[in-house]
Amino acid sequence: MSGVGARVLRREDDRHLRGRGQFVADLHLPGQQEVAFLRSPVAHGLIRHLAAPDDARDRVFAQADLGGLKPIVARSTLPGYRDSEWHALAPGRVRFVGEPVAMAVAPDRAEAEDLVERIALEIEEWPALVTAAQALAADAPRLHDGWPDNRFVSLRYEKDFERHAAAAPVVVRRQVRLSRQAIVPLEGKAVLATWDERAGQLVVHTATQVPHMIRSGLAETLGLDEHAIRVIAPDVGGGFGYKLILQPEELCVAWLALTRRRPFRYVEDRREHLTAGANTRQHAYDLTAHADEEGRILALDAHVTVDGGAYSNWPFTAGIEPGQATGNLPGPYAIRGYRCRTECVATNKPAFLPYRGVARTGVCFAIELLVDAVARAVGRDPVDVRRDNLVPPAAMPFENVAGKRYDGGDYPGSLERAREAVGFDAIRARQAAGEADGRRIGVGFATYTEQTAHGAKVFGAWGLPIVPGYEQAVARITPDGALELRVGLQSHGQGLETTLAQIAHEELGLPLERIRVIHGDTGETPFSTGTYASRAIVWAGGAVAEACRALKPRLVAIGAHLMQAAVAETRLDRGRIVAPLAEASIREVAFAWYRDPTRLPPDVDPRGLEAVGGYRPATDTGTFSYATHAAVVAVDPDLGAVEILDYVVVEDCGRRINPMVVDGQTYGGTVQGLGSALFEESAYSADGQPLASTFADYLLPGAADVPAIRILHMETPSPHTTYGARGVGEGGAIAPPAAIFNAVNDAIHPLGAVVGETPLTPRRLLAALAEARLDR
Amino acid sequence: MKAAAFQYERPGDLPQAIALLAREGAKALGGGQSLGPMLNLRLARPALLVGLTHLDPLRSIADLGHAWRIGAAVTHARLEDERLAGAEMLAAVASDIAYRSIRTRGTIGGSLVHADPAADWPLALATLDAVVEIEGPSGRRRCPAETFMQAAFTVDLAADEIVTAVEVPKTTPDAAWSAFKFCRKQGDFAQASAAILLDPDRRAARVFCGALDGPPRPLPGIARRLAEGLALPGDTVERELGRLVPDLDPIALRMHAAAIRRAADRLGRSA
Repeated sequence: MSGVGARVLRREDDRHLRGRGQFVADLHLPGQQEVAFLRSPVAHGLIRHLAAPDDARDRVFAQADLGGLKPIVARSTLPGYRDSEWHALAPGRVRFVGEPVAMAVAPDRAEAEDLVERIALEIEEWPALVTAAQALAADAPRLHDGWPDNRFVSLRYEKDFERHAAAAPVVVRRQVRLSRQAIVPLEGKAVLATWDERAGQLVVHTATQVPHMIRSGLAETLGLDEHAIRVIAPDVGGGFGYKLILQPEELCVAWLALTRRRPFRYVEDRREHLTAGANTRQHAYDLTAHADEEGRILALDAHVTVDGGAYSNWPFTAGIEPGQATGNLPGPYAIRGYRCRTECVATNKPAFLPYRGVARTGVCFAIELLVDAVARAVGRDPVDVRRDNLVPPAAMPFENVAGKRYDGGDYPGSLERAREAVGFDAIRARQAAGEADGRRIGVGFATYTEQTAHGAKVFGAWGLPIVPGYEQAVARITPDGALELRVGLQSHGQGLETTLAQIAHEELGLPLERIRVIHGDTGETPFSTGTYASRAIVWAGGAVAEACRALKPRLVAIGAHLMQAAVAETRLDRGRIVAPLAEASIREVAFAWYRDPTRLPPDVDPRGLEAVGGYRPATDTGTFSYATHAAVVAVDPDLGAVEILDYVVVEDCGRRINPMVVDGQTYGGTVQGLGSALFEESAYSADGQPLASTFADYLLPGAADVPAIRILHMETPSPHTTYGARGVGEGGAIAPPAAIFNAVNDAIHPLGAVVGETPLTPRRLLAALAEARLDR
Repeated sequence: MKAAAFQYERPGDLPQAIALLAREGAKALGGGQSLGPMLNLRLARPALLVGLTHLDPLRSIADLGHAWRIGAAVTHARLEDERLAGAEMLAAVASDIAYRSIRTRGTIGGSLVHADPAADWPLALATLDAVVEIEGPSGRRRCPAETFMQAAFTVDLAADEIVTAVEVPKTTPDAAWSAFKFCRKQGDFAQASAAILLDPDRRAARVFCGALDGPPRPLPGIARRLAEGLALPGDTVERELGRLVPDLDPIALRMHAAAIRRAADRLGRSA
């Protein structure tokens, strides 16, 4: 068994576990030069003087040297949206610490950094807008010329709010926030560009999730036709959204290779990542629930502020985060009235990027902490109030108050299974008995739905300049009867080299070892917008299935002719062409087509054994995965420590193409969510200096800090997708902050304390407990 | 980032090492677990690095009868593994420093000289009443570990002096000791730490609090109570700590006091 649903070991792991992967940092081309960047040391200011050392004028470049290179401008059709000009190197004004100001090239990185140190730079420092509140002050300077205020975009949504709010006797307000953090893939940015004289092409090897979109972006900014550029994403060490956008460093390195006709490489280091890449998760929520006396939320009033950083990224724009937040905030709940105002505010920090979960980690945190607060306000257990608010399975398919169309599943069922799995009643009994060591036990739940694999309508509504429409895959039977699959997206940890082959095996029956998945290379694959939005297995999987299905009748027709059987009596079965009295192999069919065409039937399909499959889910507003996460914690009220005693995930991503890959995605996402909950924070000083620039200051969860996560599955096939699969790449990262904070609040609310700001550092926890003591 | 260019020398013996360190811009290199990152971040810009960890006198552990003499270049991992009798706290502390891969390279002398306030050895060695052995151009001198660290990243050591060893008095069979640190994650630097040694036969009663802004601070009042077998009721610890370290904010005070109480709770049962 190695088709859909099989637990097949990932084929890519062999090279990775042996250290034989080929990442950009592993690539070496003759004559390659390394690039290092001089970055702004201040958060806001104006370059007054910038000069290369006299002996290195030909090895140092500023924006003025980059003739013909256009700035990155992410346009959006969202009403009121304002775009920004993001230059590869700052032409005058700098808007965050770490913004590239100049670059130096040398045979190795250390020498390039030596050169960077010798560049003369004088910046007139201006007051920095470090917080959204500062940026929104009436007298705040405008971060971008011509803007009337510092908002990238303001969204308003209202449906049936006043009516339902007026009928609600219970009003509960909750303000929560998530700190800014970095995305921290194992591999940061990395790009190696060179000029291919024979092809007349700029060849850009870059660590990206979206090679075809990067080609479009490079072509637009460099002023080239797309055919003059080939973008190759080799092995990529995790993306998570960080590698979803056109990077200034990619532009710089591509420009060098294009104009100097030789290879240049840049590999981001960890300090650059933690400072210039401190770019995600920072949301603030002010929520008011209007509920009945049982805690059923009738109407939700929300004000969401996204700290958008200095620039709007291309192509996802500064609009995607507020768009996602507004649409997803009502979560898995049957809330009837909704009013939401969401702002994305420009500040002197790195440009906000969508990180695994995209806004939903924030909205899940906000709504789930609100549900628990409502439960306490009406004097019921949060688990009961949560269950009563969830969309019941009988209501499926369900259109929620924000217009999201939930395509099936048992949300209360996932909560109930999580409740049983953690031994809820035993925990309540244990809490009543107390702990000998003085710690306090708490249990918390978070349930979410996750729109995955959505298409043009959804992305179009967020105003993006590139929107996914249809996905293609090419399937080619080789002359020896093996199969090549070509897909335009990129696999960087998702295991697509395995799962897409499983789908081809499911359709054609060829053994996995005879199937090769080719991805991440614009020169070899059909166009795809790429790997993001938990879309790969749904879209590329569907396209691969279509391509393989297109080959089937051609294989059968040739095979039947070879066996002198009627086509109607012949079929493809487990990789063999089977007729009533004989069988032929795909290899024999391929031999006939490629090498011995005299044996082909006279009416053979001239398109041969290569097929393009095109796919779009039957409904492209997304298929909704969902899950409940449950955390059991022990809180140490003296030290402010939180220990996770148990962690359960009950998830439903529809049909699992490879259950082990699903588990891997869930484990990885959940650990990243634990990082957001307890560890990761990109703090800033009052003048906009990043305070966490190494892993000594920026904490990640390590192996010893991660509990044994238990994953339970439900499997509700999606009605919209091939095989019923739903997206699963991001989900794990959505719920952990909500589940853990709810668990901690469960533990400390008897003390009168409550927490609501990530990450939950000992200091934040102790401050909340101290405040509660003062209140008493 | 990559380190700026520097010279590297591997001296043949201690006098050579001392002579090299007298040069302008020279710096001693131990296991490199703190200096290495600082070089790469270009925060440390030495003209010359003098490697020390290969020198035999710095690598030996000697039993002096009443004490252990531990060469400065002995790694945390070796102390973790050798479990020196009468200095059991060394193995316990060593085993909890960062991660094993760091412990296999990081050295006790290097950590002591680097003097990160949140590091383990300044606290443990002050508590154990260890003596730091130092060689320089004018010969050998000895300095109590308790006063060797003067401030954050500042120690009583001239540029051309080398810490060659620490001498750790052995505890007697009736001694009780403990060390506790609170880290946000496994292997992280401590948020708060404390160590205690009660050795009535040697009339030693020492309690130190670490991970402060400066060197570890002794808490003699707490030590006296513990030596007399008294409990630490109510906010005894907070009061003494707040008096001795008045610049601690209330949250830090609570966390550090909790660390001291945890260390006291563990006395005698962690050997």
